[in-house]
Amino acid sequence: MKFLDEYRDPELAKRLVERIHSHSFHGLRLMEFCGGHTVAIMKYGLRQLLFPQVELLSGPGCPVCVTANADIDKAIALAKKPEIILTTFGDMLKVPGSYSSLQKVRADGGDVRIVYSAQDALAIAQGNPDKKIVFLGIGFETTAPTIAASILEAKNRKIKNYYVLSLHKLCPPVIKALLDSGEIKLDGIILPGHVSAIIGSYPYEFIPRDYGIGGVVAGFEPLDILLTVEMLIAQIENRKPTIEIAYRRGVKPEGNKKAREIMETVFEITEANWRGLGRVLASGLTLKREYQDFNAEASFVLEAIPAKEPDGCVCGEILRGIKTPLNCKLFGSYCTPEQPVGPCMVSSEGSCAAYYLYGGENNGR
Amino acid sequence: MCLAVPFQVKSIEGDYAHVELSGVSRKVSIMLTPEVTVGDYILVHTGYAIAKIDEAEAQETLKLFDECLKVVETE
Amino acid sequence: MDDKILLAHGSGGKLTHDLIKNLLLKELGNPCLNLLDDAATFTLNGRIAFTTDSYVVSPLFFPGGDIGKLAVCGTVNDLSMVGAIPKYVSLSLIIEEGFLFPDLKKIISSIHTTAQEAGVKVVTGDTKVVNRGSADKLFINTAGIGIIPDGVEISGSHAKTGDKIILSGPIGDHGIAILCQREGLKFETSLESDCAPLNKLVADMLEASNKIHALRDPTRGGLASTLNEFAESSKVGITIEEDKIPVRDTVRAACELLGFDPLYVANEGKLVAVVDSHAAEKVLSKMQKNEQGTQAAIIGEVVADHPGKVVIKTQFGSSRIISMLAGELLPRIC
Repeated sequence: MKFLDEYRDPELAKRLVERIHSHSFHGLRLMEFCGGHTVAIMKYGLRQLLFPQVELLSGPGCPVCVTANADIDKAIALAKKPEIILTTFGDMLKVPGSYSSLQKVRADGGDVRIVYSAQDALAIAQGNPDKKIVFLGIGFETTAPTIAASILEAKNRKIKNYYVLSLHKLCPPVIKALLDSGEIKLDGIILPGHVSAIIGSYPYEFIPRDYGIGGVVAGFEPLDILLTVEMLIAQIENRKPTIEIAYRRGVKPEGNKKAREIMETVFEITEANWRGLGRVLASGLTLKREYQDFNAEASFVLEAIPAKEPDGCVCGEILRGIKTPLNCKLFGSYCTPEQPVGPCMVSSEGSCAAYYLYGGENNGR
Repeated sequence: MCLAVPFQVKSIEGDYAHVELSGVSRKVSIMLTPEVTVGDYILVHTGYAIAKIDEAEAQETLKLFDECLKVVETE
Repeated sequence: MDDKILLAHGSGGKLTHDLIKNLLLKELGNPCLNLLDDAATFTLNGRIAFTTDSYVVSPLFFPGGDIGKLAVCGTVNDLSMVGAIPKYVSLSLIIEEGFLFPDLKKIISSIHTTAQEAGVKVVTGDTKVVNRGSADKLFINTAGIGIIPDGVEISGSHAKTGDKIILSGPIGDHGIAILCQREGLKFETSLESDCAPLNKLVADMLEASNKIHALRDPTRGGLASTLNEFAESSKVGITIEEDKIPVRDTVRAACELLGFDPLYVANEGKLVAVVDSHAAEKVLSKMQKNEQGTQAAIIGEVVADHPGKVVIKTQFGSSRIISMLAGELLPRIC
């Protein structure tokens, strides 16, 4: 597969790992903020290969994991309404809210459908004119423009029964919130790949400027991540923290202007509620006033039920990188992929699921 | 996050492109990347093209790997 | 005949009789079935294997097959996985009122073709029709009986340290071929389900050696789940090598797109064999000469380490544990 296989060459990977090991330091702490990187690192065993020279930490980069229970509860409440077909990406089906999950609602007769694309949700809306189709909008800046595009398309095609529950979040603000918390010391940041394809690299300039550490935008293949680590090490050795792009075939410094325009046409920035971090200013997206007809929160009455966090779940601390799944009392016993307690175990790129499915004793910790 | 896979554009029809990767084809929206043309490689995320793959940069990156490794050999 | 199945077709009266005579006996008839007695009777000598499975696949027709083909292959293969020679199957149909007769005819015809290919006979059956909404178009149950040749002792609990793991061909074809037909996930591919009867392949393998300790077809849950079942039943560890596992490029591409791991995608025409290390090459060679095993490969071995667990070695020199599939395989965007 072109543009994939070349970046998975095991020979090149082995030699890049040797090169990383040839540097004279120990225990560099690099954090990634992208669930896709969490999965790739686990799948290819990179954490194990780079330890102990480099310690790879996982931050709050999984949009499923950072969705607060109160927001999942909203989606569940919508799915229970008989006039609604709730369409969602597969990632969200099993995530437990305070009292239930979309999977349980489906088992109880709610119309919950998994789609690959917002395009498919639009098609369902067209095919079911007597129903209201709500799309569960999760994801960061990679996904938000696609949802915005679907709303514009719905408007142009006069599709009147399509709504979006926007739980979209923004990446740079959460990186800042984490760095501000001072809870963990980092030596560098592995920046998200596809979020950056949209926003470019300029929004990360505050990281070296205000925190004195560098960041490199990484692709998702093993060679991409190893190259990124090598570039961060070079920055640290030369004491020149800066923002660079390793994933140059997919990311330009200026990002995708058209995608941002579309996103900004439909969405505006708002405060958002992050699992593990609480409320973070200017870190989420909500539909603008002129698109309220498509806003699920404005169009349906939802009973306000107080959200509840599960006892003993430390997803929040895991998301902040201050604990690992192995520090959680529930991990592997009460909380497993079959019976998840928190979202970090459900999402295939949640730290807990990644540790459980890929880690075992080989996760380098 | 953000699974995005490189596909090649086979044909374009208005806001949509037919794309293909190793025998898998799909219609995707190019609303976010209206500048793509037939033959381009694009990154597809949830049925939308989010970026055009810069083939020259792709080659440069592969060269960069080689350079990294030449340094290992001389060390 | 009517163009739709009605409730009356299942009520035991004339319409039922017509359906049986004009469709089922016409396609599937044999001396045993033709008697239409309440039970099939036959004599069998030897150790008997007996299995049953229900088929609820959607869509009913998919590239490479349909529910009928699947219903025969599934049961023939289950018998084959304990080393039995499949002989007879039963066929139970639960049909939703309003089901199109031409579709039923296609499916029964498919059952006939597949049964012939596998060398089994449908000797007894049942037909029920339920109210619209009480079944999703058509459910099929098949049960099968086979004879296990003397000296054949195959079980998931018989894997031994040192045994080699052989996979009969590329994984993931069936699961992906089905998924891309589903609403909400549509994409085009020339991929077809690998649905096929494996009894002849197994017969060839047993001819090469009777030191085959375990056999299983990696259906739901994929290769990963099957290997975990062996590891657990036999209380052994299993190690496999990622780069030895055959996967078609198209399956890889579809898995990339949807966020799946081919190790967890269903197969309906593949088997995993655990074979004594001294016999492995001979068995492999015989498999590669059979049309169902042309791409067979040794993918790993049974080890004394990490009992009950399956470890995969990546091409990068790292290794990780692969667990059983937890719940459904769900497409992801993240």
